[in-house]
Amino acid sequence: MNEERLKVYWKKNVTLIIGCLIVWAAVSLGAAIIFANPLYNIKLGGVPLSFWFAQQGSIITFVCLIFFYCWKMDKMDKEFDVQEVKLKKGA
Amino acid sequence: MSVETWTIIFVLITFSLYMYVGWMSRVKETAGFYVAGRGVSALANGAATAADWMSAASFIGMAGSISVLGYDGAVYLMGWTGGYVLLALLLAPYLRKFGRYTVPDFIGDRYYSKYARAVAAVCTVFVSMTYIAGQMRGVGIVFSRYLQVDIIVGVLIGTVIVAFFATIGGMKGVTYTQVAQYGVLMCAYAIPAIAISLKLTGNPIPQLGLTFTDIAQRLSDLQLTLGMNEYIKPFTNLSALNVFAITLSLMVGTAGLPHVIIRFYTVPTVRDARYSAGWALLFIALLYTTAPAIGVFARYNLIDTLANKPLAEVQKISWVEKWGAAGLLKLEDKNGDGMINMTNAKDPANEVTIDNDMIVLSTPEVAKLAPFIVALVAAGGLAAALSTASGLLIAMSSAVSHDLYYRIFRPDASEAQRMKIGRAMVLVGVCCAAWFGVHPPGFVAEVVAFAFGLAAASIFPVIILGIFDTRTTKEGAIVGMIVGLVFTLSMIVMMQSMKVLGTEAPLLTDFMGVNAQGIGMVGMIFNFVLTYVISRLTPPPPIEIQQLVNDVRTPSGVGEAQAH
Repeated sequence: MNEERLKVYWKKNVTLIIGCLIVWAAVSLGAAIIFANPLYNIKLGGVPLSFWFAQQGSIITFVCLIFFYCWKMDKMDKEFDVQEVKLKKGA
Repeated sequence: MSVETWTIIFVLITFSLYMYVGWMSRVKETAGFYVAGRGVSALANGAATAADWMSAASFIGMAGSISVLGYDGAVYLMGWTGGYVLLALLLAPYLRKFGRYTVPDFIGDRYYSKYARAVAAVCTVFVSMTYIAGQMRGVGIVFSRYLQVDIIVGVLIGTVIVAFFATIGGMKGVTYTQVAQYGVLMCAYAIPAIAISLKLTGNPIPQLGLTFTDIAQRLSDLQLTLGMNEYIKPFTNLSALNVFAITLSLMVGTAGLPHVIIRFYTVPTVRDARYSAGWALLFIALLYTTAPAIGVFARYNLIDTLANKPLAEVQKISWVEKWGAAGLLKLEDKNGDGMINMTNAKDPANEVTIDNDMIVLSTPEVAKLAPFIVALVAAGGLAAALSTASGLLIAMSSAVSHDLYYRIFRPDASEAQRMKIGRAMVLVGVCCAAWFGVHPPGFVAEVVAFAFGLAAASIFPVIILGIFDTRTTKEGAIVGMIVGLVFTLSMIVMMQSMKVLGTEAPLLTDFMGVNAQGIGMVGMIFNFVLTYVISRLTPPPPIEIQQLVNDVRTPSGVGEAQAH
């Protein structure tokens, strides 16, 4: 792949990573810690919203984020034609 | 049949399974020994990573710690899962593309320096060794509590098992036994959780029971009337600053732990490395979202059974008797009124002392489940401890045999010699671990938690900059790693000096309000800033290193491990 294309690929990848990390920080450091007190007064089911993010929601979001990133990168690798050839087992 | 008979049956079955899998995966070459021949599927690697990750402490202790900390227990839940997002996005795909054997391998090559490699190898050994001591201790405790054998005998049995599949199978043997161990430990965790959830909330799924019923609110109100902190209110046990610092340190530390990182070298492609981080976190999340539910249910059950009840009546309950005898539950009628007065643990009027480890281990009995489920929990605890210990052993032995011996001292060593040294290092590691398991230093528990701080402050920043910043130089990386490590280590030693050095009072209580568990965050910031600034002041890295970095950034052209 030529250098220009590589730069574009890398820039798009870094933008995607930053986007994902903003969500990552927002649900954990944001919703569960920095905004813990304001969100305490909102209820989700039987628990305060901040408690739910702290002990359930952030973990669930993390799992979704990783699979979202994998899916986006699959598409991007195809677009830039940088997928790898799968090696035979036991290489 | 009694719990003891069931336990023996389960331990025998699971141990034979591990031995069988280990024997089937035996290896002959270094690529198989260090990185399982890079033939592990993303799903299997995910399960192995999850088992590797969840230690005896996660399995036995975490739900208990959370139930004591209430809301603030989230530091462990978010801290020990959030790191996988960093791994998947920032580390795993690029390190897989780089495609060598160990973490010091990347640091040594990227920073074109033997010193950088040596510093990284020392960090790896230090982090893994402190961790492993706690695992062997965990094995001993499970054996002694369930089978009434001596802790020393328990540690020795565990040592022999781990030594067997780690020396003959290397990373390959360890990986496939870990897949089996994940299955065992997850079943052992889920079954009692489902039973107690059904009993207390009417919902068989613990996560839903916790969220959609008022059980947490009821526990919180109950705690309030007894004069304890409200369970679901934030920052009652830790300050907001410390919750923030500890969470971030644990997240970043997770992504910097060598035994976790090397797991991503075992998959065939970069794409598999990304997906296996996702599978790993999904498998981990099954346990980590169940733990806070168990924490709430078990605590509610305990308080409901014990608080303000007549002492004589409570002492007749069989599990109270059993865990009392094991020293994990203490009831003392301080004011002599014949009733149990339960309040804040630190309050002198409190008459109940509960060990954190008891929460998970006693759940099946408290929920009145069949003896074979109680025994299954014992087998699960053993699986958690053994899988983590074996993963750590591989990380440690490869840092010594591959990076220090082969890459630094004896670059001319043959394949056969390297295999021999690799196996010998596993044995040495296992013996050290057994020694620490039998003679645990008093501060093991503290040190294990701080391994995260050290990993966050030393290894993580230089790997990230090595991939995302071509301009980072060896001078910057070496200074950054050493300052991060020395700062964090000295802060921890000063804050924990009562236990580590034996002083009367801690030499330092906190660093600008951040406690010892969260100090890794500060060390990490120092490392990032210093590495970045010094790199700008020193000559740029050679052109072939800049090419290496560019090459690592795209998935295509991933090859076999280069013969070096």
